[in-house]
Amino acid sequence: MGLLDRLDNPFETGGIILGTLEDVLNWGRSKSDWYLHFGLACCAIEFMSMNASHFDFMRFGIIPRATPRQADFIMITGTVTLKMAERIKVLWEQMAEPKYCISVGSCANSGGPYWQYGYHVLKGVDRIIPVHVYVPGCPPRPEAMEEGMMKLQSLIDQQAIFRKRQRIAEEEALLKNKI
Amino acid sequence: MEIQEIFGVLKEKFGDAIIDLVNEPPSDPFINVVPDKLFDICLELRDNPEFDFDYLMCLSGVDYPETLQVVYHLYSLNKKHKVVLKVTVPKDNPKVPSIERVWRSADWHEREAYDLFGIVFEGHHNLIRILLPYDWEGHPLRKDYKEPETYHGIRVPY
Repeated sequence: MGLLDRLDNPFETGGIILGTLEDVLNWGRSKSDWYLHFGLACCAIEFMSMNASHFDFMRFGIIPRATPRQADFIMITGTVTLKMAERIKVLWEQMAEPKYCISVGSCANSGGPYWQYGYHVLKGVDRIIPVHVYVPGCPPRPEAMEEGMMKLQSLIDQQAIFRKRQRIAEEEALLKNKI
Repeated sequence: MEIQEIFGVLKEKFGDAIIDLVNEPPSDPFINVVPDKLFDICLELRDNPEFDFDYLMCLSGVDYPETLQVVYHLYSLNKKHKVVLKVTVPKDNPKVPSIERVWRSADWHEREAYDLFGIVFEGHHNLIRILLPYDWEGHPLRKDYKEPETYHGIRVPY
């Protein structure tokens, strides 16, 4: 019976898979993220091994970019000083939508060991830019960064593209109820 | 040269400008000098072939309750001897002559001491902050420093 029969064996010749266009686009987006790497401290050293052959970050479909214009997400790896905070804000504003941020390490998450006497340290990069995934650790192992990357991919997978306004309205209504 | 010899030669040449020699092992012996003559003393230490101090290892600032101090660690790569000079200045007028023209490595060290302690090095060609932003207020490594509430609209305390 034509279509429905072919659905049972989707991988044979001429088989078809049913899905939404949104899923396909999100699948493509989440598997080809380009990132703007922003190494600031020892987390960046850990990130180097992440990029090297042993952990091989590029198998996530990731390519490092040197400019915010071509980047889909930014990785803040390390201690954000107040002097650097303003630069990060500018870089974030230069990135094209849709954009994401992964905050790697205790310093970028909450100030880390500098939380009390760090007069010059920003106590969490989420004070200046929105953060989508936090990776804890001081510094985190490359496995933890991989986990963070997978979290970001699953976040992108579930994103609304076409029903954006409707979805945002729903979320806002939810938030209002919570407050 | 031993520290006693260095102290003796300096004392002979500069008299009252060399205050005293403190030699309390295990810490490095050091010579207290007055700020006014510091530049000449450093020049002598560098150019006198007996001393031949060609390397400024470290220049650091110290905050004491009443005074500020600058510590100079000198080393001679040829003679393999070293000396520590200390200069003490009052907190309300912390002015020390710059020795940037004697050892070029003092340039950034003095900027750092100015940045974090507020010690003014007179004669430095470009005495501006080196680590903190140029519009930062106060000198953070002083004991009486209070961290700011906000910086450019960003909240600073945890």
